[in-house]
Amino acid sequence: MLSYDLFLALPELILCGAALLLLMVGAFAGRDRAVAVLWLSVLAMVAAAGVILFTDRPASGAFNDLFVVDRFGDFMKLLVLLGAGLTTILSLHFIQREEMVRFEFPVLLLFATLGMLLMISASNLISLYMGLELQSLSLYVVAAFRRDSLRSSEAGLKYFVLGALSSGMLLYGASMIYGFTGTTDFGALAEIFTAAKATGAPVSLGLIVGLVFLLAGLCFKIAAVPFHMWTPDVYEGAPTAVTAFFAAAPKIAAMALLMRVLLDPFGPLLAEWRQIIWAVAVASMALGAFAAIAQSNIKRLMAYSSIGHVGYALIGLAAGTAQGAESVMVYLAIYLAMTVGTFACILSMRRKGRLVEGIDDLKGLARTQPMMALALAVFMFSMAGIPPLAGFFAKLYVFLAAVETGLYVLAVLGVLSSVVGAYYYLRIVKLMYFDEPEESFDRPLAGEVGLILTATGLVIALFAVLPGPLFDGAAIAAQSLVAP
Amino acid sequence: MTWPLLSLVTFLPLVGAIFILLVRGEEAVVARNARYVALWTSLITFVLSLFIWFDFRRGTAEFQFVEEVEWLPALGIGYRMGLDGISMPFVLLSTLLTPLCVLASWEAITKRVKEFMIAFLVLETLMVGMFCALDLVLFYVFFEGVLIPMFLIIGVWGGARRVYSAFKFFLYTLLGSVLMLIALLAIYFETGSTSIPELIETLALPRDWQLWLWMAFFASFAVKVPMWPVHTWLPDAHVEAPTAGSVILAGVLLKMGGYGFLRFSLPLFPEASEFYTPLVYTLSIIAIVYTSLVALAQEDMKKLIAYSSVAHMGFVTLGTFTLTQQGIEGAIFQMLSHGVVSAALFLIVGVIYDRLHTREIARYEGLADQMPRYALIFMVFMLASVGLPGTSGFVGEFLIIVGAFQVNAWVALLAASGMVLGAAYMLWLYRRVIFGVVRRPDLKSLLDVSWRERLVFAPLIVLVFWMGIYPASFIDVMAPSVEKLIADFEADIAAAAARDALAAQ
Repeated sequence: MLSYDLFLALPELILCGAALLLLMVGAFAGRDRAVAVLWLSVLAMVAAAGVILFTDRPASGAFNDLFVVDRFGDFMKLLVLLGAGLTTILSLHFIQREEMVRFEFPVLLLFATLGMLLMISASNLISLYMGLELQSLSLYVVAAFRRDSLRSSEAGLKYFVLGALSSGMLLYGASMIYGFTGTTDFGALAEIFTAAKATGAPVSLGLIVGLVFLLAGLCFKIAAVPFHMWTPDVYEGAPTAVTAFFAAAPKIAAMALLMRVLLDPFGPLLAEWRQIIWAVAVASMALGAFAAIAQSNIKRLMAYSSIGHVGYALIGLAAGTAQGAESVMVYLAIYLAMTVGTFACILSMRRKGRLVEGIDDLKGLARTQPMMALALAVFMFSMAGIPPLAGFFAKLYVFLAAVETGLYVLAVLGVLSSVVGAYYYLRIVKLMYFDEPEESFDRPLAGEVGLILTATGLVIALFAVLPGPLFDGAAIAAQSLVAP
Repeated sequence: MTWPLLSLVTFLPLVGAIFILLVRGEEAVVARNARYVALWTSLITFVLSLFIWFDFRRGTAEFQFVEEVEWLPALGIGYRMGLDGISMPFVLLSTLLTPLCVLASWEAITKRVKEFMIAFLVLETLMVGMFCALDLVLFYVFFEGVLIPMFLIIGVWGGARRVYSAFKFFLYTLLGSVLMLIALLAIYFETGSTSIPELIETLALPRDWQLWLWMAFFASFAVKVPMWPVHTWLPDAHVEAPTAGSVILAGVLLKMGGYGFLRFSLPLFPEASEFYTPLVYTLSIIAIVYTSLVALAQEDMKKLIAYSSVAHMGFVTLGTFTLTQQGIEGAIFQMLSHGVVSAALFLIVGVIYDRLHTREIARYEGLADQMPRYALIFMVFMLASVGLPGTSGFVGEFLIIVGAFQVNAWVALLAASGMVLGAAYMLWLYRRVIFGVVRRPDLKSLLDVSWRERLVFAPLIVLVFWMGIYPASFIDVMAPSVEKLIADFEADIAAAAARDALAAQ
């Protein structure tokens, strides 16, 4: 059976093997091989994605049910690999310019990605924690990758201290849950809760406290209010390529983890956790909308924007249905495309070789670089949720899930905060289109950056033409997580 | 006929926009090419839309030229297009005004011509699509999508306070329409369908639901129309927008609200519509009387016409909610007439703005001396706006007041007083600008309307008289649909009354 288990975990094994191998390659071949290592790590991600797409791995547990393969996991893993792969490619130009060409960089990203895949597939509180820590530890290091930069070190340290705290809370919650149920296995937990619900016995208070601690730890990872404080500082301080990676991949993996934990083992306790998610969603949307208004640094702005987006995605989770799960997946997929595209723009904001990060630096971009301005405008309108761009369909779908479960207040609060949020997205469009140009950014864009920018821009702009495949894929994935 | 005429008319401008986007080269050459591509695309679109006019079967209330393609099959949301007597004239209005706007901007827009033309063609696609859409989600996509190009048109090519106006326009209308989105989703959840024709036939919601959903739709449409007291974005947007932007704003975008009432509020929520009628009457009367008085006090020409738009659209909402054949026909006719007349009035302001770069009424005097043709054109549209018999403005307002008299004489009386005030501010504007002795030197050297400008006004003048003298050719188109709308409405109300009576027993 071992070989079968290994086959089920093949994508993870590929990443693990590649990471270890590339570590050796880097160590022995020297620094000048860093670019090759980067491309090889992207290749490993592509191979892992290929295995997920083209091999028929049946939905089942492995390694004594510590690890689970299902369509939901596959969907999320593909998103994570896509996000991680694209942002790794985006970082190529950046690390060359910013003297970060070290082979450890891509290897660490690869380990982080491996941790994310393990998180997504975890079906036990122990394996969940293992995956989460593998991811987090790698990311702490990358956040502080520029040792000589005060801001980068500060960001890394902040992320580490707060991340360790949240891991502690998560572990504490997990131990409470173990203490009150006697198991850490998701399947066994689900059976216990279902049985308890069937007899109508009240859920014990200790278990609820455990759940709250577990949720607090996970909310930290997805940067939902009130556990968001680290996000703006880390986003701003970390090297921009790392910020792009943070915004894309780990967020999706942590969301997937949260979905699996809440909908699978804790599914029967929907009534208990829904109110928590409800409040977190509202707080995140509101804070994301209001706090972003005053920002002048585009990376900070993106941090608040991502907090807001997490809030919208949580609306779908609060619904607690298959439809709701589907809407979260659609939302994350579209969020991924918008975020990667926006960061491709931010990474191209260079004047005389130096990276600029002020929002005001975008003034008059429509005159100096019309195509880049057009792409960024598309992303901004899409993030604001204006049709016919993809972001609208993402929001439409989470609101639909909310309306279907009768969460009208949540839906109304959601649309109202989206109006407030529209203001700061419009502000960027205003700077690019209404204001007089300043000095142009360096041209031309690096080839791979331009390519990713064009591709994501087209996906967002033309999503309305053929939305079917994404919705169908998400529907299949959702049904493996929640029985419809 | 098997070819998808509506999709063709809707998306042809978009093709033109993509074509312009790909034009590269020297700035002057690009600008010229962009202008010509935009003009030809919009002209061809207009010619195609004439096929709709001629092939449209009069005498039936059915949806015609229907197209249906799967779009989001998992949700049952489809790409559904089709027209009935209510929506068809608006499609023609949109396709007619766009080439005129392109022509009017020929020399007025000098910077970033390429982007301007792209924005305009995209706007045309969204406008036409909105009137054609027969699916709730598709409708919303077009309805809301309009904000993007209009935001850019006001913000990039507008006047001094353009940024403020553009933001106000965008956020105001967005706030109105997001609530409608939730209402749309609630309807979808209740019925499992987003097909508008199906919903019109089958939707029967409980009364308290109707009251909530009607309000959500009302929030959106009232801002678009705009009704008092949510009209304040309009004067700002009009004053700052470039001429062509004002023309489309007044000519087509305001009609989206009136169209929404006819397409959604009345057929989907009949009980709520009846319940809220006094509210709509009150707001409409305030709009008619109050904004007419405000218009009297304006010193900026565009602002004056903007306020007059609010007053004229007050007639439209009033006529719609009289729920009489005359009232609703009058409302649609008034919207078409206002679409032509207010568009022309903004073009008229644009003509002198292009020459002197001011819209201040006090800066002008005695234009009849130097610009006799201009004075004549102005007079035609001024009188049409006042509602002189023989022009299009008369028919609409007359029908609306006839409809209003059938339901409430006081409402009719107050609305009629608005016509008097309308005559006052328009005639006074005309006197101040056109008559008098020319003293300012720069006014003595003004050139009369050019050939290009006459070309823009010619079709509008023809329409104003055609609609005024032979309104039947338009009324015939809409009458069957309006009849069906009212019959359905009365049947629904009767059913609800029977249900209530049964419950009371």
